[in-house]
Amino acid sequence: MKIEGKKRIWSEYQKEIPDDKYFYVRSCIRQSFFPASEVYFLKIMREVLHRDIYENKHHTTCSGIGYHSDVVPFETAMTVVARQFALMTEAGYENYAASCITSFGLYSEIIETWKKFPDVLQKVRDNLYKATGRTFEPPKHLAHASDIIYKVRNEIAARARYRLVNRYTGAPLRVVEHIGCHYAKMFPSKGVGGAEYPYVLTGMVEAWGGEVVDYPERRHCCGFGFRQYFIQANRGYSAANTRKKFESMEPFRPDMIITNCPGCPYFLDRWQYVIAETEGKTYGDNGYGIPVFTYEEVAGLVLGYDPWDLGLQVHQVSVEPLLDKIGIPYDPTRKYAGKDQKDLSHPESPSVLKV
Amino acid sequence: MDTSSQRHVVVIGAGIAGMEASAQLQGLGYAVTLLEEQPQTGGNLLTWDRLFPFKRPASEVLGELRSRLGGIHVLTSRRILNIEKLNAQFILTVNDGTVLTADAVLVATGFKPFDAYRKEEYGYGIYDNVFTSVDIERMFREERRILTRSGEVPRRVGFIHCVGSRDEKAGNRYCSKVCCVTAVKQASELKEMYPDCEVFCFYMDLRMFDRHYEQMYLDAQTRYGVTFVRGRLSEAAETIDKRIAIKVEDTLVGKPMKMTVDMLVLMVGMEGRTTQLYNSPTLGLSVGKDRFLNAVDEYTDNNLSRTEGVFLAGTCTGPKHIPEVLADAGAAALRIHRYLCQKA
Repeated sequence: MKIEGKKRIWSEYQKEIPDDKYFYVRSCIRQSFFPASEVYFLKIMREVLHRDIYENKHHTTCSGIGYHSDVVPFETAMTVVARQFALMTEAGYENYAASCITSFGLYSEIIETWKKFPDVLQKVRDNLYKATGRTFEPPKHLAHASDIIYKVRNEIAARARYRLVNRYTGAPLRVVEHIGCHYAKMFPSKGVGGAEYPYVLTGMVEAWGGEVVDYPERRHCCGFGFRQYFIQANRGYSAANTRKKFESMEPFRPDMIITNCPGCPYFLDRWQYVIAETEGKTYGDNGYGIPVFTYEEVAGLVLGYDPWDLGLQVHQVSVEPLLDKIGIPYDPTRKYAGKDQKDLSHPESPSVLKV
Repeated sequence: MDTSSQRHVVVIGAGIAGMEASAQLQGLGYAVTLLEEQPQTGGNLLTWDRLFPFKRPASEVLGELRSRLGGIHVLTSRRILNIEKLNAQFILTVNDGTVLTADAVLVATGFKPFDAYRKEEYGYGIYDNVFTSVDIERMFREERRILTRSGEVPRRVGFIHCVGSRDEKAGNRYCSKVCCVTAVKQASELKEMYPDCEVFCFYMDLRMFDRHYEQMYLDAQTRYGVTFVRGRLSEAAETIDKRIAIKVEDTLVGKPMKMTVDMLVLMVGMEGRTTQLYNSPTLGLSVGKDRFLNAVDEYTDNNLSRTEGVFLAGTCTGPKHIPEVLADAGAAALRIHRYLCQKA
C-alpha cells in the first residue's frame, strides 16, 4: 500500500465545509439505534466547540428511506425536502447539515437535479407553496454531520482525554472505517476524499491517534441495503453481506470499526450476534465481537464522556474490552442504569458471542 | 542542392511520426529541423520492448528510423517558447535561444499514455501489485523478467483491457486501438516466460482489426493458454498478503466473479497531449473534446490543420498503430511538399 497514492486522490476531493452556523436535521432511525449519537454531536459542537447548530422540531423525514425502497416517488421526495429547506430559510440559515447518510445522498441528488433542471426546481417551489404557503432557498452548503466533525477533528484532538492507542503496547488502534454507500458513491465530489478512498473518517481516526486498515471488501455494503433487509425474505442476504465484510477484515485483526451511516453500525454490530449464533464464528479477540461505533461516539469517547452516557450499552458487541485497551474508565454497575439510576434490566446473553 | 534557396520545415516532436516525416521531407529536398522536448528521439517507442504482431524488438524499429535521420538538424531537450508568423514564414523561438525560420511546420506531438491513477477504483499508485501495460514493457525491456513488487514470480496475472478508453467516466469515449492487441501480446509473452502462470484477460470486446492480430489472439488461447473473460473490472483491492482481489462480471456466463491475482495489469489507452503549443494562436490548432487535434477534413485532408502552412501527423490526431503512423507521416510529408511547391 502506497499512502502517497491515496493522499493524491484525497487532495483532489476536498469539499468546502463551513466552520459554523448550520441548520441540523436528524435521522429517522439513529435515535433508536444509537440514542446518544445525535445528542452528543450537538453537545460537542455547541458546548465544547461553541458552534451555532440550529434544530427545528418541525422537521420531518427527508423520505429518502422510502425513496430508496421504491415506495416514495422522486417528485414527492423533492417536495418534502423543499419543506426542510423552507424551515432552514425561515430560520435564517444557509448551511444544511444532515445526520443521515441517505438524507445527505438524497439532498445531493435533489440539489444537483435542480441545478441541471431549473424548471423542476420551479415546479417544486410551486407545489410547496400551494401545499404549505412556504418558500425556500436551497442551501449554499450541504454537509453531512461527519463532514463537520472531520472539519473540527483537530480541535477535538486538542481537547482529547484519550487517544485511539493501545495503552498496553503504545501502538495505534487498528480501525476499520466504513462509509455509508450514499455518502459519496453517487456523487464522489460531495464526499471528503471521494468515493473510492473516502477520507472523512480516516481523517478523524488519524487525528485521534488510530491507524486505518484497508481490506478487500472495504467498499462493500454493510448488509443493510434497504431492500436486502426490509424485505423479510432477503434478510439472509443482508447477513451474508455483513459476513463477507467480516471475513475479509478478519486477517487484519481490527480493534474497532467506525462508521458514518445510520444503518451501517447497526447491521455491522447486530449481525455479529446472528453470525455467531448461526455459524459459531466471532471476529474479535477471545470470543468477543469487533466493536462498532458511530463517529460521534468515538468523538465522545476521546473527549472523555462516560461510555454509558454515550449509549454504548445498547450495542450488541461489548465495548468494554476496547475501553480497557484504550484505558477509558467505566462503571460496570451503571451499564444498564437509566438516567435516574433505575435498572433498565439486562439483555439476555447470547450463547456464542461473548459479552 | 543550394541550401540558401532550400525551403525549411520544422517538425515538432521526434517520435516515430516526426522521425519518419523528417526523413521523407529531407528525401524530397527540404532542410528539416526536428525538435524534441525529451533528451532523445523515439517518443513512446522508447518505452516499449517488443512490438506486435511479430514481437520485433522496438529498438530495431527505432534504430531503423533513427538511421534515416542523417542530414536532419535534430534538436533534443528543446522546448518551443514562442511561434510567430511573418509573411508566409513561421518564426520559432526555442528555449536555448535558437530562433528558427520555417516555411512549414509539422506538428507530430504524439500521445501520452492514460494516467491510470484516474481509474481510482483500480488502485494504481496505491496497491503495490497494480501495474500498467507501460510498466510491464519496462520490466520486459530493462529487467527481462516480470516479478511482483516483492520480487516473486507471479502465479496468476490479470490483464484489464480498455483502461481509460471507451470510458465515459474517464472522459474518453474513443477506442485506443492498440491496447487489445498489446494485451494479447503481453499475456502471450508472460506465458512464454512462465508457462505455469495463470493469465486472464478481461475485455469488453476484442478489437483484432489488423492483418495478423486474429492469429495472435488464436495463438494466445491455443498455444499459450491465456484465458479470455468478457467482462469489466468493477474494483480492485489489496489483500493482506499484497495480492489483488478483483471483482468482475463474466458477461458471457452472466455471473459476477471474484478472483485474487498476484499482479493486475491495466492496459492504458492513448490520450492527446494538451501542451502549451496547442494554445499557440499562430499555429491555430483545433483541439477536439477528446484532446486530439482536429484536421481540416478527416476523410480527405487528415494532415492539414486549419492554419496555412501547419500540418499534422501521427497520433496527435488520434490513436494509431506503428504502420498507420508511418504511413500518416509519409502522407504529411507529401502534403507539405505539395504546399511548398504551390508557394514557390
